Amino acid sequence: MGKIQLTKVRKAFGETEVIPGIDLAIEDGEFVVFVGPSGCGKSTLLRLIAGLEDTTSGVIEIDGKDATNLPPAKRGLAMVFQSYALYPHMTVRKNIAFPLKMAGMPEAEQAARVERAAKVLNLTSYLDRRPGQLSGGQRQRVAIGRAIVREPAAFLFDEPLSNLDAALRVGMRQEISELHQSLKTTMIYVTHDQVEAMTMADKIVVLNAGRIEQVGAPLELYNNPRNIFVAGFIGSPKMNLIEGPEAAKHDAHTIGIRPEHISVGDGPWEGVVGLSEHLGSDSFIKVDVPGLGIINVRGPGELGVHHGDRIRLAPAGKIHRFDDKGLAL
Amino acid sequence: MSTQSTRMAARFMVAPSVLVLLVWMIVPLAMTAYFSFRLYRLLSPDRTGWVGFNNYVWFFNSPDFWLALTNTLMLVGGVLVITVVLGILIALLLDQPVKGQGLLRILVIAPFFVMPPVAASIWENLFMHPQNGLFAALARGFGAQPILFLESYPMPSVIGIVAWEWLPFATLIFVTALQSLSSEQLEAAEMDGASAFNRFRYIILPHLTRAITVVILIQTIFLLGIFGEIFTTTQGGPGSASTTLPYMIFKQAIAAKDIGRAAAGGIIAVILANIVAYFLMRGLGRHLDA
Repeated sequence: MGKIQLTKVRKAFGETEVIPGIDLAIEDGEFVVFVGPSGCGKSTLLRLIAGLEDTTSGVIEIDGKDATNLPPAKRGLAMVFQSYALYPHMTVRKNIAFPLKMAGMPEAEQAARVERAAKVLNLTSYLDRRPGQLSGGQRQRVAIGRAIVREPAAFLFDEPLSNLDAALRVGMRQEISELHQSLKTTMIYVTHDQVEAMTMADKIVVLNAGRIEQVGAPLELYNNPRNIFVAGFIGSPKMNLIEGPEAAKHDAHTIGIRPEHISVGDGPWEGVVGLSEHLGSDSFIKVDVPGLGIINVRGPGELGVHHGDRIRLAPAGKIHRFDDKGLAL
Repeated sequence: MSTQSTRMAARFMVAPSVLVLLVWMIVPLAMTAYFSFRLYRLLSPDRTGWVGFNNYVWFFNSPDFWLALTNTLMLVGGVLVITVVLGILIALLLDQPVKGQGLLRILVIAPFFVMPPVAASIWENLFMHPQNGLFAALARGFGAQPILFLESYPMPSVIGIVAWEWLPFATLIFVTALQSLSSEQLEAAEMDGASAFNRFRYIILPHLTRAITVVILIQTIFLLGIFGEIFTTTQGGPGSASTTLPYMIFKQAIAAKDIGRAAAGGIIAVILANIVAYFLMRGLGRHLDA
């Protein structure tokens, strides 16, 4: 079981308030991703749940029991760190067995559990190596192995993929998702990469300056962002935000149109192509439209436009409307 | 950096210092070896000549020699145990975030800057002195007889003084080693359910092995030659109770004015140092790489 409930959780380091007060419910078996720009308090929030930081005020409940003042080991959570935090002087086997050894489990059962975890993570042939002799992806798997042997109530991941190269990151992302499918254990995952958030999460928590901006399923955030921050943060390339007379036409202070919701060819807006990136499957272009500013456009396939071309654009899809406080209308 | 010409240039430039170092080491060693086989007494300069291993035989037959050997090893071993154990404990304390950390560290390191004879005098006269010493005052405060440290326990007293001098060095090395331990490793161990003692036993101590090796190796080099502290306090006494090998050599050279025997003692000391170095490197050397 791994139901985690945060009530008015507040964290301040001396005078600086990092998290002014958060209420959040995480259901059993959910894959929850905390996402936000750096310094938004997402890692601090994870460390509060882990018990590595003391909460200034508020209550953290795990499976209905108050865990606010429990030491990390007593919370039944396992954590995978950004640096993996493997023990360099121990073999992979000993690394994975460490939490079991600390729990005083009999040797035979320790060995059996380590074997099982190693099999799941494809680490069987590396068990007698040391972390220094492993590649980044293998170290990552050892760190995950050390977390799963304990059969915790929930897994906490602190930007686990940020030290891997792009190809490995996609692979590990899938492995972690598959792990979640097979274990069905609650996972809380911190990242600043919205692609990771969108692809892995059951539920995304968007954080900004220690505050929750919006909580919801990935596509809900994409389709119905609650405010300008979420609208700009979710989706790549970023949503175009247009103010002024064009927004007034739609009876809003600001309107937002996603780059993929703009068609090229005919339309009311005319501009000059600045940067154009052709990926084959997609084309990203930046168009300088007088009166509107730089508009990001994402078109399918090859658009056949280049730097300096004069083209016409039209909104073709949902237009998000925001009031002067940045809230969705 | 490995073309033929750069290698040649490198050798050429290193050559002078290698040469100087070699001469610097070989000449005194060769002269000591030469004198150790000669009859060479400053009080009777007319009697000279080769005496074979007589100087060495005298050493091995002297009861003082075996005592001095034991004392030397006790001094090295005792100081190493005290400085490593206390050094780690103090380093753990110093690593905690406290106010005035900088000042505290300077205070802890201060004894290392006190010259050995001065340190020994301070201990002899201000702490261990049976009339004026702090310990005597404490003992009297409890109504006990002051302990005659240098007379009743000469070797432990010397070991205490030397350990006091070398503790800051060990502490300093351990503090820097502790600072290089990633906090995420400790946090991971905490999440894994390791108690404070187990975190020390399984994470901190293994992390410190290389620092401990360095401390042991460097201190052994210096401790084998400890002389000033003994000279200022016990003068090797009472009797020969606190005579170490360097002090015995000193007595032969300066008090007995027998250069031949002193040289033989010197060669024995070199051999002893090499034996110790061999066992240290065999036991600890593997901790230095990787």
